[in-house]
Amino acid sequence: MTPDLVGGLESPDYASHDRAAHEPYAPVFTGDVKRELDELLTRYPTKMAALLPALWIVQRERRWVSEEGMVEVADLLELTPAYVKGVVTFYTMYHQHPVGKYFIQVCTTSPCGICGADDVVKALLRHTNAGELGLTSPDGRFTVIEVECLGACGFATPVMVNEEFIESVTPEKVPDLLARLA
Amino acid sequence: MGYPNQPHQRETTVLSRYFGDTEARTLAGWKKRGGYKALEKALGMAPADIVNVVKESGLRGRGGAGFPTGIKWSFMKPGDGKPHYLCCNADESEPGTFKDRELMRWTPHALVEGCAIGAYAIGAETAYVYIRGEFTEPLYWMDQAVKEAYAAGILGKNAMGTGKRIDVHVHKGAGAYICGEETALMESLEGRRGNPRIKPPFPAVSGVFGMPTTINNVETLIAAAPILMNGADWYKKMSLSNPKSTGTKLFSVCGNIQRPGTYEVVMGFPFKEFLYDLCGGPPHGRKFKAVIPGGASVPIQTLEEAEATLMDYEGFVAQGSMLGSGGVIVIDDAQSMVSVIARLARFFAHESCGQCTQCREGTAWTTKIMERIRDGEGTIEDMDTLLDIGEQMTGKTICVLSDSCAVPVVSGIKKFRGEFEALIQGRRFHPVIAAVA
Repeated sequence: MTPDLVGGLESPDYASHDRAAHEPYAPVFTGDVKRELDELLTRYPTKMAALLPALWIVQRERRWVSEEGMVEVADLLELTPAYVKGVVTFYTMYHQHPVGKYFIQVCTTSPCGICGADDVVKALLRHTNAGELGLTSPDGRFTVIEVECLGACGFATPVMVNEEFIESVTPEKVPDLLARLA
Repeated sequence: MGYPNQPHQRETTVLSRYFGDTEARTLAGWKKRGGYKALEKALGMAPADIVNVVKESGLRGRGGAGFPTGIKWSFMKPGDGKPHYLCCNADESEPGTFKDRELMRWTPHALVEGCAIGAYAIGAETAYVYIRGEFTEPLYWMDQAVKEAYAAGILGKNAMGTGKRIDVHVHKGAGAYICGEETALMESLEGRRGNPRIKPPFPAVSGVFGMPTTINNVETLIAAAPILMNGADWYKKMSLSNPKSTGTKLFSVCGNIQRPGTYEVVMGFPFKEFLYDLCGGPPHGRKFKAVIPGGASVPIQTLEEAEATLMDYEGFVAQGSMLGSGGVIVIDDAQSMVSVIARLARFFAHESCGQCTQCREGTAWTTKIMERIRDGEGTIEDMDTLLDIGEQMTGKTICVLSDSCAVPVVSGIKKFRGEFEALIQGRRFHPVIAAVA
């Protein structure tokens, strides 16, 4: 069940999502969003330094970072698309494929692991019908992944649902947590 | 202050006093609690005098390495004609550590103030607070605090009306443990992959954007304000054991323990009393077995070592470990040490940036071997192989992530060999869970 991150990650089948996402690309950085980027650029002595913030804006607006999004950012910051992709692939939080409406990350690193995080993962997979880590539920609503230390070990098990950070989740609390999202 | 539990009378709350106090998050509330008085005082002093007070106080880096803060600041030479930068390392991701998260989400203005003081002291006009992307709540409160501080004229081109320029910018990370390593943080801040840099040159010579840079942890910068207000002697006196470790330290406690949370005690506090009285001891019916006292990268302590420890930089070293980041992971007798260590190894394998062969291959192979021992498929020779790989992974790479992976494995095999052997010899680990209420 768990993707083998060490011995080579077996990519889940993202093809169906990619097809759904292949619509004509509309630029992200127009109007207020462009002004937001212009303000960000004043904070750094180089344009390149605005790369991570710019990618965050793309993801906020589109919920994932597509190849076209990377090209747009590359043009604005005077970088090559290949360079931008190199950066995107380094960081785990940029979605390189569309994800479910609710992107759920569960911390399973040792401190949470010894407090029962694996059972929280099982409960989430069962109740969301996502079935497998990294896949999206058939109704397109839920994607569940394991994540390394979320930095809230005293509140085991922390779960992130999109931007919301939920502390002290137990398997028993999972149904209510999901019902609240409906 | 034991947050989210009640404060304990044996704590000394300097930095954590306002955890849980929602009013302290706003500028008005923070000022009511004495906020920004230290910055006002600092801006009236010569930068070198601030550095001297911090040097005199004995404050040491709270991120893990424990380097004396005042000395680090003094590496920044004034008048070199280059822009200086301050980076605040708020990429807290060391498993077991969550103190900076509490500091930022309850007292964001304390960090804005600490950054402004630090920046002024090292001759920088710009400070970047690099916060890990997963910290949505701290990011929100830090953004608010920075906005409020600009609107009130505390930050900006005329900081507090002194004519001095101090900018503080929040920079959001995107999910990479390695960006907590100072040179990787700078790479990431520049818009690159977070690959650590070879040192030297050290950040004070060539840091972010190639300019002289100081990187400090959140807790370190926040401690500067009370030190300036109360004096170096006041801070130095807060120590129960030795003069090399001064002041208070936040410890975030997690794992199998009654009251997990963030506690603040003076340096040198007895660890035994800390674990049993302040944190309430093990869960009902269980016993402590092992402690990882300073985040996942420090050696595992046996219970005997932990109980004999005085909580300061030297005290943890004397008992076979390190203070590290102050992230205390407590493991009880219901857990398999092999499972715990295997999961930690997987963490490091996932987080290796892949630059150095010893780390990229070492973390992956360590994980594979640890997991096969955990699954009852290991051999006795595997332990020697792990120790050998561990040696090859130590002191041979650009940064210490590689070493950090080897540390729990090597210390685990040395201190809990019996558990490894039992699994290898086919005696499955039987957790003691019968007595759980």
